[in-house]
Amino acid sequence: MDNSGKKNNRRDFLFTATYAVGAVGLGATIWPFIDQMNPDSSVKALATTEVDISQIEPGKTVTVLWRGKPVFIKRRTQSEISEAQSVNLDELKHPEKDQDRVKKAEWLVMMGICTHLGCVPLSDKGEYNGWFCPCHGSHYDSSGRIRKGPAPTNMEVPKYAFIDDNTIKIG
Amino acid sequence: MSEQTYTPKSKFGKWFNDRLPLLSLASHLTDYPTPKNLNYWWTFGGILTFCLLSQIITGLVLAMHYVAHADMAFSSIEHIMRDVNYGWLIRYIHSNGASMFFLAVYIHIFRSLFYGSYKSPREIIWILGMIIYLLMMATAFMGYVLPWGQMSFWGATVITNLFSAIPLVGDSITTWLWGGYSVDNPTLTRFFSLHYLFPFLILGLVILHIWALHVPGNNNPIGIDVKKPSKDTVPFHPYITIKDLFALLIFLIIFSGFIFFAPNILGHSDNYIEANPLVTPKHIVPEWYLLPFYAILRSVPDKLGGVVLLFGSIFILMALPWLDSSKVRSSIFRPLNKIFFWVLVIDVLALGYVGAMPAEGLYLLIARVGTVYYFAHFLIILPVLSRIEKTQPLPLSITEPVLTGMPKAEFIKSDKRHV
Amino acid sequence: MSLSFAEEIKIPKQEWSFKGITGKFDRSSLQRGYQVYTEVCSSCHSMNLLSYRNLGEEGGPEFSLEQVKAIAANFEVTDGPDNDGEMFTRPARPSDKFVSPYPNVKAAMAANGGAYPPDMSVLVKARKGGADYIYAVLTGYTEAPANFELEEGVYYNKYMDGNKIKMSNPLSDDLVSYSDGTKASETQMAKDVTMFLTWAAEPHLESRHKMGFKVIIFLIILTILVYFSMRKLWSRINPEE
Repeated sequence: MDNSGKKNNRRDFLFTATYAVGAVGLGATIWPFIDQMNPDSSVKALATTEVDISQIEPGKTVTVLWRGKPVFIKRRTQSEISEAQSVNLDELKHPEKDQDRVKKAEWLVMMGICTHLGCVPLSDKGEYNGWFCPCHGSHYDSSGRIRKGPAPTNMEVPKYAFIDDNTIKIG
Repeated sequence: MSEQTYTPKSKFGKWFNDRLPLLSLASHLTDYPTPKNLNYWWTFGGILTFCLLSQIITGLVLAMHYVAHADMAFSSIEHIMRDVNYGWLIRYIHSNGASMFFLAVYIHIFRSLFYGSYKSPREIIWILGMIIYLLMMATAFMGYVLPWGQMSFWGATVITNLFSAIPLVGDSITTWLWGGYSVDNPTLTRFFSLHYLFPFLILGLVILHIWALHVPGNNNPIGIDVKKPSKDTVPFHPYITIKDLFALLIFLIIFSGFIFFAPNILGHSDNYIEANPLVTPKHIVPEWYLLPFYAILRSVPDKLGGVVLLFGSIFILMALPWLDSSKVRSSIFRPLNKIFFWVLVIDVLALGYVGAMPAEGLYLLIARVGTVYYFAHFLIILPVLSRIEKTQPLPLSITEPVLTGMPKAEFIKSDKRHV
Repeated sequence: MSLSFAEEIKIPKQEWSFKGITGKFDRSSLQRGYQVYTEVCSSCHSMNLLSYRNLGEEGGPEFSLEQVKAIAANFEVTDGPDNDGEMFTRPARPSDKFVSPYPNVKAAMAANGGAYPPDMSVLVKARKGGADYIYAVLTGYTEAPANFELEEGVYYNKYMDGNKIKMSNPLSDDLVSYSDGTKASETQMAKDVTMFLTWAAEPHLESRHKMGFKVIIFLIILTILVYFSMRKLWSRINPEE
């Protein structure tokens, strides 16, 4: 009795161990096949872009490509800045101070992508003197904040830094 | 058989199974009665299924990163090798996997030759297998073109030029194959498309191959029919599955040795030079698994003749079930066939060896002798042999030799009555 | 009939740290090898599959990020078009590919007497004999035998096919000065640059060896487990075994 019980246990243990080790191996095998779809090292190496902004006139927006997506760099005029700063936060769907969205008041840098479904909004259009998304009619103000329409949040500000007065590094 | 009466236990299972009998199929596959005396040469069917699936999965992944364009193919492969996460691993599995696939298929074919698995009632299994083998060669050849290295390019040029040997329409056919006046971008893209398609054709044929196998059931090392299923067979799962798994793991250890420690040893260094239509490499050699056929091709001093023999050497195998008329399947009981089987093995190995060497001098002589012997084996030796050979007495049943431990010698003596 | 061999040139085997199942590159040798490549070879040979960032990646020369940036900044690449539609040059960044010495193959051939100096990215894998062969050719320049005929612009090399090479001996003692104090002898430079080229051709060699070691150990363990499970299972069928 005792003996056969022990034997059974050992058999169960052997099968369990085989299954467990086999499962670990299967899991480890699957990972490379999943990870190969993640950004590869040549894509990751392009994760930052440097932009020369010295040629941008006040009031103009340039669009640069970063990680395959458009980034708006707008040199705002004094009136646009004061308009953006004077908005009452209570009126906003996604309350954010203009000061928190820029590093230098003159320069607005943000992802040129509507937060609704990913279209690229048009510059200097819409009811709030900012951007207008033609896909589903979202209006953004001169700080890129959502004011009207289906988009849920303000346009996103990417990670960026001023390398010097004339150069921005995005990413 | 038991699977015919299978009924699922759960109500839903029964409802589903009445409409789509997947559960009956699963039950058939697990309970499938398999001769209990199968040896390890029989595990290569499972190994080959693994190889096919592994090639399809890694190939699918490579196709996500590969660019099928003459200007970018070479560098896109290097992009996979350098930048893509684990790209080097997946590509080495795929490129060495082709070699392992052929290694396994050759063992599988020679196993069938030795144990007479191609004989009645398994002729269709054999012919399906030969078609699979042909498609494998076509797939491997087109896959080898995709990296667009020097061997890719010149291999493609040489092989497609074979078709120009066809009288009258030869040149039109090669031009049609190329989509131009030489191997170029159109050739590459169509080869990529077909290289992607063929494995799925192979998969379909493999399903038919297994289906055809499950009608008469497996052959076995002593080649006699199953007499009493309860005594002579075991359920496929878990007995055969675990044995196949064990053999597969041994196979994987060898496979891993190639992938991780000698990934380029089976390839040719010239294929790391980008294709150049102005310079032909010194020696054009196909991958090792096509070498015997390459030797046959080169052994004939006539263009059309070489091509005819090349294709003949494969198609002749399809007629094998009718060329060999011996009623006894397993070569264990065919003393003469056993000898000639090994001579054929040596002949094919020799052809493979000279296929890799320059076609001159003694090598050419060996290739010619080897080619003549190859055809003689199937067209003369086997038909004659199967009529004159005195076969040894067959055992009563599969169980008998299994139970008596040392089967052959002892068994054959005591069974004189079956001569 | 007799076996007719072209006289086979024997390539001597060298000791390399990257050989064997636990083989690794020698970091400082790779760094010196890069120096030899960039100061000597790169005036004719491109390496257009490599990017400067590769020099800092794990398993390679492993220069620091700052060093990689500084190395890249030494080279000018063409970029553009800018907003006026003009192409312009700028210092290279780590993400840029190695700058080629010639704009295209034709230009490279024209500048080298009709011989194209091969791209070196996968050169080690593209030559039979691999690293040993590259090293042999680099150190194989000797005086031609008295009756050996050499055309103009062709040099004698012991290990080259046909003993003829269109590249003059690229290395000589103290051609470069190593910052780590290693004596820049001809053989040392040949060793270093061969190591570098081997890495360039197979940048994941180290992780491949490491992973392979683990995979095979794992497979052996699983095989043993499956073997005993199989024995257990089959003991029901053949009890005496």
